[in-house]
Amino acid sequence: MAAIEFTLNGKIQKVDVPSHMPLLWVLRDTIGLTGTKFGCGMALCGACTVHVDGQPMRSCVTPVASVAAKHVTTIEGLSSDHSHPVQRAWMEEDVPQCGYCQSGQIMTAAALLAKAPNPTDADIDEAMHGIICRCGTYQSIRRAIHLAAEYRAASVKGGAV
Amino acid sequence: MITQKIDRRSFLKAGAGGLLLGFYLPESGRLKAQTNAASKLNAFVHVGSDDTVTLFIHMAEMGQGTVTSLSMLLAEELECDWNKIRTEFPGVDRAYGPLQGVFGSRSIRTSWEPLRKAGASAREMLIEAAAENWGVGRDQCRAENGVVINTATNARLSYGRLAEAAAKLPVPSNITLKDPKQFRLIGTSPKRLDTPGKVDGRTLFGIDVRLPGMQYAVIARCPVFGGKVASFDAAKAKAVEGVKQVVEISNGIAVLADNTWSAMEGRRALQIKWDEGANANASSASIRKLFVDLAEKPGATARKEGDVEPALAGAAKRIEAVYEAPYLAHAPMEPLNCVAHVRPDGCEVWASTQIQTAARGVAAKVTGLAPEKVQVHTMYLGGGFGRRGGSDYIGEAVEVAKAVGGPVKLTWSREDDLQHDMYRPASYSRFAAGLDSDGWPVAWFTRIACPSFGGLQNGVDRTGVEGVADILYGITNILVEYHAADAGIPVSYWRSVGYSQNTFFTESFVDELAVAGGKDPLELRRRLLAKSPRMLGALELAAAKAGWGQPLPHGRFRGIAVTNNIGSFNAQVAEISVSQGKLRVHRVVCAVDCGQVVNPRGVEQQIQSGIVFGLTAALKGAITIDRGRVQQQNFHQYDVLRIDEMPHVEVHLVPSQNAPGGIGESSTPGIAPAVANALFAATGKRVRRLPIRPEDLV
Ligand code: FES
Ligand code: FES
Repeated sequence: MAAIEFTLNGKIQKVDVPSHMPLLWVLRDTIGLTGTKFGCGMALCGACTVHVDGQPMRSCVTPVASVAAKHVTTIEGLSSDHSHPVQRAWMEEDVPQCGYCQSGQIMTAAALLAKAPNPTDADIDEAMHGIICRCGTYQSIRRAIHLAAEYRAASVKGGAV
Repeated sequence: MITQKIDRRSFLKAGAGGLLLGFYLPESGRLKAQTNAASKLNAFVHVGSDDTVTLFIHMAEMGQGTVTSLSMLLAEELECDWNKIRTEFPGVDRAYGPLQGVFGSRSIRTSWEPLRKAGASAREMLIEAAAENWGVGRDQCRAENGVVINTATNARLSYGRLAEAAAKLPVPSNITLKDPKQFRLIGTSPKRLDTPGKVDGRTLFGIDVRLPGMQYAVIARCPVFGGKVASFDAAKAKAVEGVKQVVEISNGIAVLADNTWSAMEGRRALQIKWDEGANANASSASIRKLFVDLAEKPGATARKEGDVEPALAGAAKRIEAVYEAPYLAHAPMEPLNCVAHVRPDGCEVWASTQIQTAARGVAAKVTGLAPEKVQVHTMYLGGGFGRRGGSDYIGEAVEVAKAVGGPVKLTWSREDDLQHDMYRPASYSRFAAGLDSDGWPVAWFTRIACPSFGGLQNGVDRTGVEGVADILYGITNILVEYHAADAGIPVSYWRSVGYSQNTFFTESFVDELAVAGGKDPLELRRRLLAKSPRMLGALELAAAKAGWGQPLPHGRFRGIAVTNNIGSFNAQVAEISVSQGKLRVHRVVCAVDCGQVVNPRGVEQQIQSGIVFGLTAALKGAITIDRGRVQQQNFHQYDVLRIDEMPHVEVHLVPSQNAPGGIGESSTPGIAPAVANALFAATGKRVRRLPIRPEDLV
């Protein structure tokens, strides 16, 4: 066991767990934040995607010790009120079906928009290729990412966020 | 098929169990019991004193939109305020039918009348309560948007204020439902009720349930189907940090820990000797040989019209082909899991399950308790596709919980999921047809060898022959035969069931007949479907919207296919290209006649979803067997469709006044043959075996 400290959704988080325990299970089982999902455990599906210092990371293969002193954001921390442009667009397009993959889709899309504010379809393919949706929401995801880019541009212009 | 017979009175009055006040998940907080006094108007509708309307959704939500569409059916007649609705999944109750569950794309079809009646009956009770309150006649009152209005005085009473009195009134006996022309909600596309919780991580799936003192379990199962534990040594597993105990259950060895990961690490450290049993030498090749041998011999008759043999013998042209499809896994994104807590006098399970009644049944069986002592908490499903119609994982969790006392969460890894599924069966089918001298089909013969799971009637399992035996094509002589092939691999329902492979066979073979007879594939289908107006209607709409027959950009090719399943009629045109050894599906135009549409956007989503599912099977899916075990372990060996492979799917609805058909499985079967037929147009090569492989593209 090792005491590890990191910032989780803006707050200091201390855990006492084996240092190679994957962040996914620390979030889900130790801390109780279950919005981040388990899908494969092998970095193959993207369901477990979180942000570490703003970068999308697969928490199922991220040892918790490697995020010590870093900033981790999960789906629960993206916004407190669905106000993140990606969440707004996801709601407008009613993207989720079963919803299980959607935390990973949303976190990946949010990271994409932070990097490429006006992504092309090719940018979307490249960023989102690794995030599996068995329900087949891909067409809605593509539309929603374009819409989120518009929301984001509007709010940047308007001075907010 | 199970027919639901519900006595109307018990159906409307029976309780939904103590769930409304009893459901408690410590760390969710937000799913806390409703605190204001809620009055139960019937098993589907509770109204709170704060005007909140709680609708009980008795069928599980696995993405297909039941929470929204069933709420629409209730609210259409209830005349409540759509924005004040909350929904809840009730426990198992007779009021929800003898087999409470989602399967066969039946949610809307079986709820269409009963739920509108439940909504209407609750509304009538609220109106009656208002009329009594005002001391006026019922016909002086009208319900609208959550209030009852006195049409003479304009006085208003909200549902919340009327609920308590209304709940004491008798259930009205004759209910007249709205004429479809008066629908306000049905036929519109309100936002899905379940979206907000699915974009902020709040929605609780089975795998998210946490109870105080809960232990986390995984199970080591014999990799060979039917094998057992011979002996095991748990010493190393117990030494893993976080592991608490190791127990043997009927299906393997369970490792329990204080988190899922430790349990998985502990499982890796287990030393187990397996008794691999009778299937230890099974392989895909040995299973195929079994099918091939069976298909040599006459099988049980699934459909017979006219006299095929002389018709084939006398035909101007005879065409023969063999079609094959592999085993497939369901691979829902949420791995299987279940939380169970067994006490001497009762048992609770929290599960994402498609069939609550079966979940309760298996828990009762494992614990030896009466079914009434088992409480099933239905959680959101991270995909089902038929897999969660099984209750194997629920039985396992209950068995572990019973062995250790205290609450247990069992989680399957993805490897467990792919290796211990109940698979879509593989199938091997021989086809023969005869054409007359004008090139029109006069005889059709199919002999199918396919594992059975749906029960045999006169030697035929409907799940093995649907998609062939029920083709609507007007051909004078038809013979379809079936062999139940027992290959020792567990098989079960997989989205669209027998149609998932048989429609590929049939619709590809029809294309072969068109080519052999010198006909356009659309023209041939048109002629053979002349007596099936709804199927023909969908075909014509898809063809028109796809621009069938009109020139395509260079390098693009089209294929067409039709499906009649689950009470709906589906036609698809796929547009593809092949370049540098890669097949790309660019566009799919899908027309569907699914009767009256409750929620058009929901239908569109399900059509897209079904196409992605079917396209994965067409292009990628295969479970193969070696030494009695499944060779695929995780998504690197069982790949699924990704966003960059997603075609643009257009959905067109055939306007219809027919009763609603199913939709969740409507579009899955047709995509593989539409793509394979387009591939033939591109390459002149006929694909007769799924999935489509690189060698099929040159
Ligand atoms: S669970 Fe981490 S990528 Fe699949
Ligand atoms: S919405 Fe179900 S897996 Fe993506």
